[in-house]
Amino acid sequence: MKPDLHTLGPLIALIALIVLGALLNSAFLAPANITNVLARSAFIGMIAVGMTFVITAGGLDLSVGSMAAFLAGIAIIAMNAALPGLGENWGTILIGMGVAILGGIAAGFLNGALITKARIEPFIVTLGTMGIFRSLVTWLADGGTLSLDYGLRTLYRPVYYGGIGWVTWPIIAFALTAFAGEWIMRHSRFGRHVEAIGSNDRVARYSAIDVGRVRLLTYMLLGLLVGLSTVLYVPRLGSASGSTGVLWELEAIAAVIIGGTALKGGRGRVWGTVVGVLILSLIDNILNLADLVSPYLNGAIQGVIIVLAVVLQREKRTADER
Amino acid sequence: MTVLALHGVSKSFGPIEVLHDVDLALDPGQVHALIGENGAGKSTIMKILGGFLDPTEGQILLDGKPVRFSSGPEAEAQGIVVIHQEFNLAADLSVAANVFLGREPGGLRLDHKAMRRDTAALLARLDTRISPDTLIRDLSVPDRQMVEIAKALSRNARVLIMDEPSAVLTHREVGTLYDQIDRLRADGVAILYCSHRLDEVAHLADRITVLRDGRVVRQAMRGEMTEDDMAAAMVGRELQDFYPPKGRPSPDPALDLQGLSVPGRVHDVSLTLHRGEVLGIAGLVGSGRTELAEGIVGLRSATGEIRVNGQKVAIRNLRDAFDSGLAYLTEDRKEAGLLLDKGLTQNLTLADLPRFGLWRLDQRAETEALAHATQEFDIRAPDPAMIAGKLSGGNQQKLLLAKTMLPDPQIIIIDEPTRGIDVGTKQQIYAFIRRLADEGRSLIVISSEMAEVIGLADRVLVMREGRIAGEVTGKDMTEDKIVRLAMGVSGEAA
Ligand SMILES: Nc1ncnc2c1ncn2[C@@H]1O[C@H](COP(=O)(O)OP(=O)(O)OP(=O)(O)O)[C@@H](O)[C@H]1O
Ligand SMILES: [Mg+2]
Repeated sequence: MKPDLHTLGPLIALIALIVLGALLNSAFLAPANITNVLARSAFIGMIAVGMTFVITAGGLDLSVGSMAAFLAGIAIIAMNAALPGLGENWGTILIGMGVAILGGIAAGFLNGALITKARIEPFIVTLGTMGIFRSLVTWLADGGTLSLDYGLRTLYRPVYYGGIGWVTWPIIAFALTAFAGEWIMRHSRFGRHVEAIGSNDRVARYSAIDVGRVRLLTYMLLGLLVGLSTVLYVPRLGSASGSTGVLWELEAIAAVIIGGTALKGGRGRVWGTVVGVLILSLIDNILNLADLVSPYLNGAIQGVIIVLAVVLQREKRTADER
Repeated sequence: MTVLALHGVSKSFGPIEVLHDVDLALDPGQVHALIGENGAGKSTIMKILGGFLDPTEGQILLDGKPVRFSSGPEAEAQGIVVIHQEFNLAADLSVAANVFLGREPGGLRLDHKAMRRDTAALLARLDTRISPDTLIRDLSVPDRQMVEIAKALSRNARVLIMDEPSAVLTHREVGTLYDQIDRLRADGVAILYCSHRLDEVAHLADRITVLRDGRVVRQAMRGEMTEDDMAAAMVGRELQDFYPPKGRPSPDPALDLQGLSVPGRVHDVSLTLHRGEVLGIAGLVGSGRTELAEGIVGLRSATGEIRVNGQKVAIRNLRDAFDSGLAYLTEDRKEAGLLLDKGLTQNLTLADLPRFGLWRLDQRAETEALAHATQEFDIRAPDPAMIAGKLSGGNQQKLLLAKTMLPDPQIIIIDEPTRGIDVGTKQQIYAFIRRLADEGRSLIVISSEMAEVIGLADRVLVMREGRIAGEVTGKDMTEDKIVRLAMGVSGEAA
């Protein structure tokens, strides 16, 4: 595949943003700032990579933000519960991680099974589970905040803040996810099937592809990545509440769209998604560093970028089809 | 007197020029047939005339004056109506809504009653039993084509452009189509008609233009060219022995059906396909041929017993069928056969990916497979990196055939093998089918083209209303016998 303006578009925008940021504030390129931006992108980023598969297969998942909050909540509860028996050690934390990851896969399975087995529209299923997960975590926290035991929190902290030099664990996890995601989309049978289903699921069925199974797997993959991102998120604040992960689903979907994946499915671009995530968090960061525009306008600027990205995608299609 | 004409038209897609200096004139009350091989540029000419593509060079003349249409609807406003080779119907809307799409009668509130009534009248004129309220997605391919024709008729065209309208129709509907064309001709409509069925070109056309590789190579008036002349002009060489010699099937059964039923569609069908045999299945639209095929390969739930090489097999889905050595080539190329927005390689290998690697797909091997298939099936793609939707219709069909044959199946069910394929390639495909049978594979060929079933098959089963109505073999394989069985008319042929 030759890179056209269409694929390069988001990349050029990203580079322009970096140049702009560097011109506006010298602190922008400081390692501490870069680490900060990348680490904070990692949560949405990993989720967005999973979302790329779901959307490419013609699906959608609105529940990921609430799911992350719910998984953080049950992971914290599990760790606090295991503390008296196991003590303040990595064993306890591994239990929390296991709960988040397995819970994520199970939640993805729930979404996927309702969509493929019960044949309900993805939008409706995940709108429903979005409310369910959100309400469950609020209920578990009794309207307040679920806090991880102080000692455990200290032990767990390095998973977010530590790493190899400036490169913290979340950045490493995000990078690995992105590489794996790109590889799966481009080079594996699964990725090929995902694109085929999103492009025309009837053709996929007539090509002996188990459409339901592949779709289900995309939701489970996304659930797994939500779980992993929760594992990295919990040590950052050590708590979860009803307002954890709010609007993450929209940011993830926006990143996917900016990256050039078609919302109607059939064409998945994992690298594009990564670029999309970075664009969104750079805008946020630049607005915070420079006094040019109020950071409160962040949402407006992101909105413009999303619409622009979609318009550019359409331009290409009409040029040779009319 | 000419209504619409092309003058010195060339068309390029990127660096590739597909039409070279084409002149063409459409006169009122005349049927002008456009013939040529797959990829010769027929559809491109029709799209240019209909305002869907711009010529790179040259002029479009409407009533002698140069015009430029910026879109299909703009051309339609001038009375130029196109029936495209590929369907342009909204699958989730009703037949009536499609017929009136873009020109719905009524003020603020749509006049549903008028739409339904007028649609019913049009459909009655076409002698079909389609209800105006049916959704397009629930219609068979031929029925959808009849809706396309109804839609075009409803537009009161001055110029009607038809791109292979008969390719997806069966015997009976083709007759209705001819009647309508005769009516329009009498009304003074100028018609441009494209077809790969040369017998119908000879029957319908007042004037014939032959296109080869984007150039007009011959123009003739009615009666000046025989079918053989046309074929030779299209292909650039003489065509001999159109159908291959019949084979000598072995007595061993390759596929054995006992009481196969697809609820509501196919009732209690039993048949035996022998090794090395080409078994034809004929029948009218809606007689259950496609449903039978889809029932056999697990695309529809079916009851009954299926034996492959004498072994009873359970086929619950298409994967099971593949594993038993069966393959099915669908009649619905656009909606079920190919991913039109994906590359040729991706389409070719889609149903047989495991062969290209357990984990990492070997893209080099896939490219090689495409090169091989391009050669074996003579797929003419100006650029191997293009998407399947940009291939000409016939070349899409060849790609689909290549895709079906990739897993090397032993029992192949082909639904409409030569839909939209030119004479030269038809001959190649017939020879290919026969070679497969001679190599010991077994084939079922479902076809609406009577001459094809008779010329190709060793034996023909005729279906009617979901049942096998009869079998004809040897000397009995005549159009008359088959039609009688298909229509349920008893008694001896006159
Ligand atoms: N949008 C496009 N981009 C690039 N090439 C195209 C495009 N549309 C058509 N072509 C090429 O132009 C050539 C002519 O195509 P066209 O569809 O006009 O053929 P045709 O005569 O209608 O063939 P068929 O009998 O198979 O329908 C083909 O080689 C085709 O691949
Ligand atoms: Mg064509």
